[in-house]
Amino acid sequence: MKTGLLHAIAISAALLGATAAQAHRQWMLPSSTVLSGQSGWVTVDAAVSNDLFYFEHQPLRLGNVKTWAPDGSEVALQNPATGRYRSTFDVELKQQGTYKIVNAGGGIFGSYKENGTEKRLPRGVSAADIEKLIPAGATDVKLSESLSRNEVFVTLGAPTDTVLKPSGKGLELVPVTHPNDLVSGEAATFQFVIDGKPAAGIEIEVVPGGIRYRDQLGQMDMKTDAEGKVTITWPNPGLYWMSAEASDKNVSVKGAEQRRLGYVSTLEVLAP
Amino acid sequence: MQLSTRIVMTGAAFAGLAAPAAAQSIDLTVTIPRLNVAEYHRPYVAIWLEKAGVPAKTLAIWYDHDMKANEGTKWLRDVRQWWRASGRGLSFPADGITGATKAPGTHKVSVGAAALGAMTPGNYTLLIESAREVGGREVLKLPFVWPPKPGQTAAATGTTELGAVNAAFKR
Repeated sequence: MKTGLLHAIAISAALLGATAAQAHRQWMLPSSTVLSGQSGWVTVDAAVSNDLFYFEHQPLRLGNVKTWAPDGSEVALQNPATGRYRSTFDVELKQQGTYKIVNAGGGIFGSYKENGTEKRLPRGVSAADIEKLIPAGATDVKLSESLSRNEVFVTLGAPTDTVLKPSGKGLELVPVTHPNDLVSGEAATFQFVIDGKPAAGIEIEVVPGGIRYRDQLGQMDMKTDAEGKVTITWPNPGLYWMSAEASDKNVSVKGAEQRRLGYVSTLEVLAP
Repeated sequence: MQLSTRIVMTGAAFAGLAAPAAAQSIDLTVTIPRLNVAEYHRPYVAIWLEKAGVPAKTLAIWYDHDMKANEGTKWLRDVRQWWRASGRGLSFPADGITGATKAPGTHKVSVGAAALGAMTPGNYTLLIESAREVGGREVLKLPFVWPPKPGQTAAATGTTELGAVNAAFKR
């Protein structure tokens, strides 16, 4: 996993939007989450924006997006394209069961003072370059790292669990209720874990889509319990954006003081 | 126009079931309303049984079962309550369950002993759900108690995508 982390550090700044910039929300939106048939396709829109789910700010860069099939194998994205406001790609579903589409990665943030003036490290900097970028004589060096994960789930046929197993790295969702089995009026329970261990007392925000056409955000704010669990009763059918944030000191970059962790997912809740 | 659908199980499927009482049956009439719409397609209709604590049992699914490459199964998920309760666990075409879509009119469905299998006593719900391409969706629920009393029936009438549904239960 060491090489995986180094690779992850080299990702684009747009990916960091989910944790670094509160103002913008990163999301992926599949054309369907519950499908039937012997095979199928989904088209996924991917963007970073203020309003959900409208593309009006930046496309989500696809370089780090991966798809996992129900048997755990990786599936290539098809027809990827990145426009001014959104990216889009297709996933062909050839197996029955649950697919996971993930945009995971991390980055390093840093600042220092040189002759009394605060300066920031460029975005997307790699761990190896930090020492070169900070001049001798710099003071007040502050480094933090981030690890974020954006994932969506799509099921052809009956839901399966293979792709739901956490990797054990960073902040992750462990569904108790299957994420493609969500129905309005019913309660769903999700567990959050950090490095595979229950993430107790972290903030979860759930925002219904369609923000453009209403005055109030209508978000649900929750905190995970001692087991890292939250239970959400869906007030209406529709699309929801779920976001979780946490921070700790389990850093991998030398000299970093803090690790910031983010998780986002788009969930589709069907009518009963 | 086929106005009657018999649910017939193959020998293999029949062999897997506990020997049921020979005469038990649910006899249904399902009315698909004639709708005055610009673009009409015959609805997908699912008929199934639910009982608390046991898996739902599909009695019939009417869909475009004869398209090339089984393409008609793509829209089975739109019969969404049935899809979640039972459909997504089946493979298609489903033996003794799959049927062709039906035209507007009243259709008889006779579910015999073999298809019902072992019916443990208790409270059941018979559900009929209709979902129409470029149209709406409706689900009707007919609760009943098993074993039925002599002459026991249940009925419900839809308002949009289904007309009258009548069921007679025999044991």
